[in-house]
Amino acid sequence: MFGNIIQLAFRELRRNVLRSALTILGIVIGVAAVIIMVTLGRGTTQQVTEEIASLGSNQLQVRPGERFRPGGVRTAAEQFELADAEAIEREIAGVRAVAPVASRTLLTVYGNANWRTSVIGSDNSFFVAREWDVESGREFTDSEVRSGKLVCVIGATVRDNLFGNQNPLAASIRLGKLSCEVIGVLAEKGQSTFGMDQDDVVIVPIRGFQRRIAGNLDVNTIYITAQSSDLIDKIKQDVEALMRQRRHVSANEEDNFYVRDIREITERVTSTTETLTALLGAVAAVSLLVGGIGIMNIMLVSVTERTREIGIRLAIGALESDVLRQFLVEAVVLACVGGIVGIALGLSGSALVSPMLNIPFVFDPAITMIAFAFSAAVGVIFGYFPARKAARLNPIDALRHE
Amino acid sequence: MSSRPGEEPLVELNSVTKVYGSGQAAVHALRGIDLRVHEGEFVAVMGSSGSGKSTCINIIGCLDVPTAGTYRFRDVDVGTLDRDQRALLRRNFIGFIFQTYNLLARTTALENVELPLIYRGVPPKERHRLALQALESVGLSQWATHTPAELSGGQQQRVAIARAIVTEPLLLLADEPTGNLDSANSQEIMKLLTGFHRDQGLTIVMVTHEPDVAAYAQRTVHFHDGGIDSDTLNHDQVTV
Ligand SMILES: Nc1ncnc2c1ncn2[C@@H]1O[C@H](COP(=O)(O)OP(=O)(O)O)[C@@H](O)[C@H]1O
Ligand SMILES: [Mg+2]
Repeated sequence: MFGNIIQLAFRELRRNVLRSALTILGIVIGVAAVIIMVTLGRGTTQQVTEEIASLGSNQLQVRPGERFRPGGVRTAAEQFELADAEAIEREIAGVRAVAPVASRTLLTVYGNANWRTSVIGSDNSFFVAREWDVESGREFTDSEVRSGKLVCVIGATVRDNLFGNQNPLAASIRLGKLSCEVIGVLAEKGQSTFGMDQDDVVIVPIRGFQRRIAGNLDVNTIYITAQSSDLIDKIKQDVEALMRQRRHVSANEEDNFYVRDIREITERVTSTTETLTALLGAVAAVSLLVGGIGIMNIMLVSVTERTREIGIRLAIGALESDVLRQFLVEAVVLACVGGIVGIALGLSGSALVSPMLNIPFVFDPAITMIAFAFSAAVGVIFGYFPARKAARLNPIDALRHE
Repeated sequence: MSSRPGEEPLVELNSVTKVYGSGQAAVHALRGIDLRVHEGEFVAVMGSSGSGKSTCINIIGCLDVPTAGTYRFRDVDVGTLDRDQRALLRRNFIGFIFQTYNLLARTTALENVELPLIYRGVPPKERHRLALQALESVGLSQWATHTPAELSGGQQQRVAIARAIVTEPLLLLADEPTGNLDSANSQEIMKLLTGFHRDQGLTIVMVTHEPDVAAYAQRTVHFHDGGIDSDTLNHDQVTV
């Protein structure tokens, strides 16, 4: 009986192919838009995730966190010091490089040119941890690191802004009030996934930074590079234990520092792009709604046009519910056909566009199902009002309708 | 008058009134009508335009309800039934033929005849067989796959008759069935109706303007200004 009703609905819709096609166009576009938006969004998420993972799945960052004073007051926990980094390097197995980092934003000057940039104090491990080569010139010597003499390796952006086409090597620039010899230039890295210019940086030995720029012995972040990514979890645990001990965190207190690996950072970024995907999907869903209103409009026209037919059906013995069901099924069949076409169009569209945007094509069966269910629901919701209007017609008036 | 004591009438109207609109604009389409039709009768309803014939036949067909008075169909007080119950009465006992045929457009003759069977829940194969049979009984089996636009007026009315009798109703109501047809086609239609009346005992109430069409009936009821003028047996009934 039900298959029968659907078959009859198809017969009815085929009688007016052009109008049926135009009616479903709204749904087709809506569903296709949702599918394309969500698929591209998912592709972007996957691409970003892969990009971050490629930054180094063997990286850890240790940063100070918060401290809980008696009475529940939170304050920033104390910073690390060089001895912490040295202890990690000395006591924890599986570590390839440990780079202590402190930083500050300063005005740099060379001749008439000046440029505000981020000045980082670290040592040669920094280049290992960030997988960053010194392209011309050299890294720091041991004596430069130990003595804290101010020499610097500059990023490409700083070079461009201070030196233009001139050779920066052996030139003396000013960092704030201090003068500092340029000993190397870093290879260009470009923008990070987060849109920051990574080349806008000056690196100096950390002891010199502490003594002459910061005026304290703080270390803001410790970068750790593991010998392999399998060791990350183990190293993370060991570092946590070591830091609790060194920072005198008692057993019933929470950590007053964070040890983060790339995975956790990835998760945060991913949740951001996923929010964006949901937003795009929602915007596209609005067009699906507009498609639904299109169906309602056509169904209302159809009810008016077919008033006489409805009168005939009622005279012959159709119940209100028979007529209601007929028009509702027609609306749902329309919407579902629109949904199927929209899904096909959306999937092939995103398969076509993804390579152009350099993102992977991610087929998501859940979204496909949801889009289909949504279009069916649109059919029911927007078909109901016209169907009820048809079902409630007075048979005599309907028969007399021209 | 054709009252047969001892036998319940199929249709029984008692002081039936129908008023359209209200106040100054009220139209009294029926002014207290009494009418009985027994099973197996063939009644012609005549009268000038606007005299209330269609209104009366619509009430008999449960398409409309009286403003006052009672209508009993097979001893059921139709006034107590709701919309769906009246639809079920039509579905199960009553067939309609209209002046304008009222076939579904862009729908084949066969599909049109199948329509009432669909609402009766007859399975597709059986439906198909019964519809073909009905089309054959009106001489149109070759035209089963044609749509109304491809059929002449006479043929369309025969499809409508097939649709009306395919469910084997108790009562056939025809509102000016030959009103749009020439006399040759009119005679064809009347021969069919007379045949169903004679062979299957079908009860027929038929509105008509034309005396030579009314002549096929056994009894003629004359309407005048919403009332019944005369109700006479037809002594020189046309037989076929
Ligand atoms: N739906 C309606 N609304 C208002 N007046 C109506 C309606 N139907 C019929 N009438 C009026 O009722 C009277 C009887 O109509 P009808 O029964 O159709 O007459 P007949 O079929 O004998 O020509 C006419 O005056 C007609 O104008
Ligand atoms: Mg009339």
